[in-house]
Amino acid sequence: MNTIFKKTAGLTDVQTHYCPGCTHGIVHRLVGEVLEELGVLDRTVGIASVGCSVMAYEYFNCDMVQAPHGRAPAVATGVKRTLGRDSVVFTYQGDGDLAAIGTAETVHAATRGENITVIFINNAIYGMTGGQMAPTTLPGQVTQTTPNARNVLTDGFPIRVMEMLATLDGVAYAERVSSGDIPDIQKAKRAIKKAFTCQMEGKGFSIVEVLSTCPTNWGISPSESMEWLQTHMTRQYPLGVFKDVTETGVFPVLTDNPMDL
Amino acid sequence: MEPILMKGNEVLAQAAIFAGCRQYFGYPITPQTEIAAYMSRQMPKAGGVYLQAESEVAAINMVLGAGAAGGRAMTSTSSPGLSLMTEGISYIAGMDIPCLIVNVQRGGPGLGGIQPSQADYWQATRALGHGDFHVMVFAPSSVQEIADLVPRAFDLADQYRVPAMFLMDGSLGQMMEPVAFPDKPADPGALPEKPWAAVGNGGKRPNNILNSLMLKAPVLEASVLERFDRYEAIKQELCEYEAYRTGDAQIVLVAYGTTARIAKSVVDEARKEGIKAGLFRPVTLWPYPYEPLSRLSARCFLAVEMSMGQMVEDVRLAVNGRAPVHFYGRTGGMIPRPNEVLERVRALAKDPSGKGADR
Repeated sequence: MNTIFKKTAGLTDVQTHYCPGCTHGIVHRLVGEVLEELGVLDRTVGIASVGCSVMAYEYFNCDMVQAPHGRAPAVATGVKRTLGRDSVVFTYQGDGDLAAIGTAETVHAATRGENITVIFINNAIYGMTGGQMAPTTLPGQVTQTTPNARNVLTDGFPIRVMEMLATLDGVAYAERVSSGDIPDIQKAKRAIKKAFTCQMEGKGFSIVEVLSTCPTNWGISPSESMEWLQTHMTRQYPLGVFKDVTETGVFPVLTDNPMDL
Repeated sequence: MEPILMKGNEVLAQAAIFAGCRQYFGYPITPQTEIAAYMSRQMPKAGGVYLQAESEVAAINMVLGAGAAGGRAMTSTSSPGLSLMTEGISYIAGMDIPCLIVNVQRGGPGLGGIQPSQADYWQATRALGHGDFHVMVFAPSSVQEIADLVPRAFDLADQYRVPAMFLMDGSLGQMMEPVAFPDKPADPGALPEKPWAAVGNGGKRPNNILNSLMLKAPVLEASVLERFDRYEAIKQELCEYEAYRTGDAQIVLVAYGTTARIAKSVVDEARKEGIKAGLFRPVTLWPYPYEPLSRLSARCFLAVEMSMGQMVEDVRLAVNGRAPVHFYGRTGGMIPRPNEVLERVRALAKDPSGKGADR
């Protein structure tokens, strides 16, 4: 019998807890496939964050550490600096974790040029706690804590993380992609692979933001969610490469010392 | 090694390097910054990691990551910074990650002052973060004792997978005294293996997962109970104290750290006046040496602290009503003067019930 498809070795056999229509599962698979294709699963340590993806430590098929809310980039820094350049260290964080409570850890890991890869899931809402306003919630979007829709006069504006991080010298690669349709998912995988490759070559901080869906808390069907992602979210969060210095890397010189990150 | 003259904070840093620590993460705050400054000079020479974090919050989480990856990792801070670290310490405890956390205390609450204090005793021994857990707390009272206790703390932390803390104060951190380091520093490569660490599975074993989330209550309870079994084992192994002239003492002063040095001189002065005074000095604050303290049959006890009275509660637990337990303390960065304490001792020698104000 010919095998025409098999699950990636980058994921365990544990059944995920994600809701129908949520694209966490897709992004998990992309990360797992990339780690498998790069042949680094045996020397990878993943950092799970707090939010819907907290149990990612059971899903990725590599050593995992679960970080306090927002602190994943600091935890990843400790792991990477201890294990050295040959290790592969990534965080998997949602918008509340990365862009609200963990803003400082994100910005400073980025500006240090920390040689880690951050996978950033932006679905414009707090999913795990039941659908509250996120730092990336769109103006006019209804959530549990913006019942009359996000009003920028009182709730402020959403934050564009890629555009902000692109200004930092330590960032080698920052791209925003989408999980909204098949071509975009293929682009997302290429971006994730590029980010991990950047890390393996010691070129500096790499981050991929993946626009994602949350039908449960958006209160619409999975197919309507894909539609909403492609129309509304990409208007607020344009797709594209915001920083790419992966050719030269962010550091002036790379040495042969594996502890020089 | 031959004794050399060094500052307490720098001795702590050098002792950590000699003990095989190769990951230090910190954030500047007075009066402990000499530890970070020393590490920034010496850690690279030792082939280790020195990193100035963006906050104490980040620093403790870098320690979490380095410890999870099997490193002998540490951080140091002072009181307001320690408050910021308590979230990470709770996670570290819940994930059973060994490490060393140093608090060189200053006066509080709030931003407080930068003079020495012992006002974080409750925080260190009772509430170092949310949830049911302890850390081992060491309270050296001399520069040499810092050097002696650091390797012990790292070893016990590794052995039990329980974090260790040094509770010092600004006075001990800033003072210079002669210190002799061990002749043979530890080889970080020769420390006991950590098969649980997240270092990459090497394609040879099941994934190592370090995690403190347990949504099923019976599972979480079982994990806490297992950890408390280890705490019981620690209590059997670790109970450090110094008893000075307590054999026939009718008044026993109880003090740790810097105040123990003051109390010791008061004991000697009181003895010259014919007052039978002694000093009981806990070296470990958790586990607290309740049992040896409870064996002393003095007519009264006097806890001396640089706080409004925190450790005095542990003295009362140990004495358990068998004799009056009194308190004398200064706070806000003020250090008790020997003559102030001696006045209290003289009064208690006349009336052990100590009628009048305890402060």
